[in-house]
Amino acid sequence: MHKIALIIQREYMSRVQKKSFIILTLLMPILMSALMILPTYFMTMDDEKSRTIAVYDGSSVILGRLESTEFTKFKFIPEEEFKNIKDKVQGSDYYALLVVAPNFLTTKTVQIISGVSIPFDLKSQIQDKIQSVIEKDKMAEVVRQTNIPDLEKRIAATRTRINIDTIKLGEGGEAKKSSTEIGMLLGYIFGFMIYIFIFIYGTMVMQGVMEEKQSRIVEVIISSVKPFQLMMGKIVGIAFVGLTQFAIWVILGFTILSASRSFYPESAQKQQIQNVMSQSQDATQTAAPQADKMQEVFSMIDTINFPLIIGCFLFFFIGGYLLYSSMFAAVGSAIDAQEDAQQFIMPITLPIILSFIVMMSAIKNPEGPIAFWFSMIPFTSPIVMMARIPFGVPAWQLILSMVLLVATFVGMVWVAGKIYRTGILMYGKKPSWKEIGKWLMYKS
Amino acid sequence: MELFSAKEVSKNYANHQALTKVSISVEEGSIFGLLGPNGAGKTTLIRIINQITGPDSGSVWLDGKPLKPEDIDQIGYLPEERGLYKKMKVGEQALYLGQLKGLSRRDAMKELKIWFEKFEITAWWDKKVMELSKGMQQKVQFICTVLHKPRLLIFDEPFSGFDPINTDIITREILQMKKDGATIIFSTHNMESVEQLCDHIALIDKSKKILDGPTQQIREKYKSNIYDIAYRGDLDIHGHVLAGKYNILSNEQNGMGNKLSIQYPDGSNSRELIRDLIEHVEIVSFNEVIPSMNEVFIKVVKQNA
Repeated sequence: MHKIALIIQREYMSRVQKKSFIILTLLMPILMSALMILPTYFMTMDDEKSRTIAVYDGSSVILGRLESTEFTKFKFIPEEEFKNIKDKVQGSDYYALLVVAPNFLTTKTVQIISGVSIPFDLKSQIQDKIQSVIEKDKMAEVVRQTNIPDLEKRIAATRTRINIDTIKLGEGGEAKKSSTEIGMLLGYIFGFMIYIFIFIYGTMVMQGVMEEKQSRIVEVIISSVKPFQLMMGKIVGIAFVGLTQFAIWVILGFTILSASRSFYPESAQKQQIQNVMSQSQDATQTAAPQADKMQEVFSMIDTINFPLIIGCFLFFFIGGYLLYSSMFAAVGSAIDAQEDAQQFIMPITLPIILSFIVMMSAIKNPEGPIAFWFSMIPFTSPIVMMARIPFGVPAWQLILSMVLLVATFVGMVWVAGKIYRTGILMYGKKPSWKEIGKWLMYKS
Repeated sequence: MELFSAKEVSKNYANHQALTKVSISVEEGSIFGLLGPNGAGKTTLIRIINQITGPDSGSVWLDGKPLKPEDIDQIGYLPEERGLYKKMKVGEQALYLGQLKGLSRRDAMKELKIWFEKFEITAWWDKKVMELSKGMQQKVQFICTVLHKPRLLIFDEPFSGFDPINTDIITREILQMKKDGATIIFSTHNMESVEQLCDHIALIDKSKKILDGPTQQIREKYKSNIYDIAYRGDLDIHGHVLAGKYNILSNEQNGMGNKLSIQYPDGSNSRELIRDLIEHVEIVSFNEVIPSMNEVFIKVVKQNA
């Protein structure tokens, strides 16, 4: 026992003391948030390319009625010019040619001719513009026919946007305002973290095993300890590295959370709302809900059962990690060189990637059969179950999933230990699956 | 007294018999040479002694008791394929390996200081292993092997990678450890060092032990009635009566003195040989040729082929 502690200590210290570990641990939260925020940011970013689009309107329905925006200009052209350029839009001054056929009102179809593929944004922009022109015409027609005063305004007033407050009933029946969005976000974050952790630390185990095999120190070590002790010492040591990293992230996360909360003190928020209220009606409609929303988000964060989530995270991280890292250790022991790894890594990484894909759908529908089954299968459950937990999972499902996971990793660690024991002393030939199967049968 | 023994040990890998009923007995305080051609099964036997792998049948004994997992701390093993953590510092690594063999950190530190000073390598303490030359790494590894003062030491090709000066240092250390009571199993292809160091040898070939005994006795056993004789006088061996009775291996005559190498046939003896020689020449010296271990090795393995 003393020796395995020594191995754990060495594996842990040799990694935690590395500069790359310290830097990565501090940078990762920044990178992660950038990874999540940037795509949204890019999507909301406006298309800033200036384009002039020639419009030939054979129907005269929209003639002169497409307003140019800052970057997209519409130029209505007469028939002669249209005939001139319709086959050579690329060579003209125009980015594209919009053709409205004479029978447009019946076909409800226009054509865009261009030398390039039209960006999706531009296409929907044009679509919206034409649609609103037609809708306006139709509306005017209805107004003219019915003669109801202010009809336009009254119809516009019927447009309603409602909010749904989701209330989750606790065990004791107490109602808590929960948030589906926050649940999804948390499910995503935690599932993603397990995914990343299994990958990073699983391969770290494999690298470590290969390093020992390649440098031949393994024979020295296993003349002091049992191969199984060496394998488990490495796996556990690296698990602690992962947990250290996770602990640092949790502390960082909560620090940021409470810092941003103190930035928005409750009383100050209320004051702010009142101030705004007393000022102008218009301002309240925009500013107040925003401040209110922050407050609401914070109170929803309070309803989240962090001890349960973090507890489950630790369990599923450790379970999933043990399951996969023991397989990675077995692979590392079986091969001589990195180049040979691919064939054996593929079957291991496939279920991890599959879990991630299933997780994406599980956060949208955490009760569905796919989410259920994949959160039971031990090879996918660590990631998929983690995505479901923020939404609340029935206790029996959670327990069943945990029991299955434990049973599987115990079995897997045993199998991996057998492969490892033989693999680390095998040099010079690239093993096949069949060969590895034989190693399982060897007596120690 | 016997410290270690293996009794009828057999080991089979998938479709390859590594050891077949091999028995050896190692006296306490002796150096035991484990010899054999490449792939004969030596490494498998060594791994069984180290409990890296277990025998399919047969048993291994330490101190009259079956070898137990805890006994691992009483054994020091220097594998043929050396290896250390390349990115770990020398001192830290030696401490780690010492502790894995059951030493406390403090004891390991104390022992290491002595060894590092003895080998004059204290300056390497904070260097990474990858910064050292191969010979330097071998030295560090040697220290790590003997650090915990094991009762049984197993050296697999301990001199490979060492220059003659370092070979000499290591030889001295090995002999000193023997003097201090350590028992050593020594596996090598260098037969000169076997003659120099080993009290007893066993030769394994094709998974079976084919030769076992005290080094001197074995060499005696394999002598083949050859004598080197220095003589005065003229001896033309061509058509000589001696050449009819004996097998003349060589006959050199020059100013430095005349030398004859001669083998008598089975059934004859040295007395008869001397009698016959005296009639023709004046004998200056008369030495029986004892075969080198190298010759014994080649002879025995070839016979077994």
